[in-house]
Amino acid sequence: MAAVTTSTPSARGFFARNQWLLARRSSQIAILALFLIGPWFGVWWLKGNLASSIFLDTLPLTDPFVLLQSYAGGHAIATTALLGAITVLAVYALIGGRVYCSWVCPVNIVTDAAHWLRTTLRIGANWQPRKGTRLWILAASIGASAATGAIAWELVNPVTMLQRGLVFGLGLAWIIVLAVFLFDLMVSRRGWCSYLCPVGAFYGIAGKVSLVRVSAVRRNACTDCGDCFRVCPEPHVIVPALKPKDPTASPVILSGDCTNCGRCLDVCADDVFEMGGRFGKGVKSINS
Amino acid sequence: MSEEGTSKPGRRQFVASCLGMAGSAGVLGLLLGTYSEQSKARPAWAIRPPGALAEEDFASACVRCGLCVRACPYDTLKLAELGDGVTAGTPYFVARQVPCEMCADIPCVEACPTGALTKELKDIRKAEMGVAVLTSRDTCYAVARGANCRACYLACPIKDEAISMERRQTDGRGYFEPTVHRDKCTGCGKCEQACVTAEASIKVLPRDLVRHDRPGGAGKKV
Repeated sequence: MAAVTTSTPSARGFFARNQWLLARRSSQIAILALFLIGPWFGVWWLKGNLASSIFLDTLPLTDPFVLLQSYAGGHAIATTALLGAITVLAVYALIGGRVYCSWVCPVNIVTDAAHWLRTTLRIGANWQPRKGTRLWILAASIGASAATGAIAWELVNPVTMLQRGLVFGLGLAWIIVLAVFLFDLMVSRRGWCSYLCPVGAFYGIAGKVSLVRVSAVRRNACTDCGDCFRVCPEPHVIVPALKPKDPTASPVILSGDCTNCGRCLDVCADDVFEMGGRFGKGVKSINS
Repeated sequence: MSEEGTSKPGRRQFVASCLGMAGSAGVLGLLLGTYSEQSKARPAWAIRPPGALAEEDFASACVRCGLCVRACPYDTLKLAELGDGVTAGTPYFVARQVPCEMCADIPCVEACPTGALTKELKDIRKAEMGVAVLTSRDTCYAVARGANCRACYLACPIKDEAISMERRQTDGRGYFEPTVHRDKCTGCGKCEQACVTAEASIKVLPRDLVRHDRPGGAGKKV
């Protein structure tokens, strides 16, 4: 991912202000389309669904969180699924664990829509679960899987329900998706993805080591407008990079919670942020 | 809480908050676990694909990816949708609608990435998807009316071995009874699909539901 180059703040057009968002939506839709061109047009590049799939009949891909629950439930290790999970883990460990959330997960489109509507309608009511709730839900899912010998979270998981539903048939799964939408709209601002979803929590842990990172390289140019905090689904990740107590601290956002969505790059009129490597440069001066 | 405790308020709050979260997670785990146990119940009309592990093992083995469904050349297999009555995302088929054609190369088993459909099944004739049972002797044309109906027998891909027409006699009335031989029947469901009565008189049932040591059951002559 190349660093974004934008013109001067005042001249930033629609594309410059939305390029990461557009790229992200394109990615989400393209991945869904890859699964759909099989059943719709008979082009079987990618078979299966997000739980497990096979690319071009050779490369297996498996969701490591689903597989972890399967193992917790007592199922013996099978090579194909394990290889698929290792592949997926490796990719996300490289590009950012929660890239799954912002660039792949179809529920993100639903919750982003809820957030947009919430902002548009100025719905203020907001119940925020404690930070870390999703980690406990993650633990509960694995615990329940171990106790019952079944893949527990998959019984309610809106992510796979929706994606599987779109590819294989939705049934009543739309009710669960609607519930998530309404929860994010009426009850909790960005409640599902940022507080509850254990899938995101899992990928967040997996992505702690990831190489691709957003960095507040030109934080000296920050005018404290607050735009990045307003669009960020996980605003706490920005603080240590943008407003560190120690002025020599690295500008790289290191929290596993960051979804690498790039929305901060889009909205920042002062061009503070860059998508880059974990071991990237320090703070850039603003002599340009 | 008393005020004279030595712990600082910050730590006390932290511990209380952790306990609260752990408690909530515990409750959620219990609810999930209960739902998970409940969801292991499978209706008798839902037949698992060939090579499927026993239901209690299948629940942790199947990741609900649908690759078996994609591999099935006859569109027999379906992936359960929420509300179908079968655990959402798991594969099944309804014999009366589309039975299993018993492909020699068993592509559904081949496609399974987790071994939920076990690759130990090499010979489709050894599959144990279920077992056919003459569930309604009083509607079966051959048994109840002495008709020369052999639809189930003719549909069976392993006829004479898995199912045979056995000559019986009741009150001096002779007839032929479709008789399933449990050790050969794979539960493919061709007989159930072929049955001409409005509600099939012969049905594939999960193996654990079927006793074979009583008169009228599959595999034993009266």
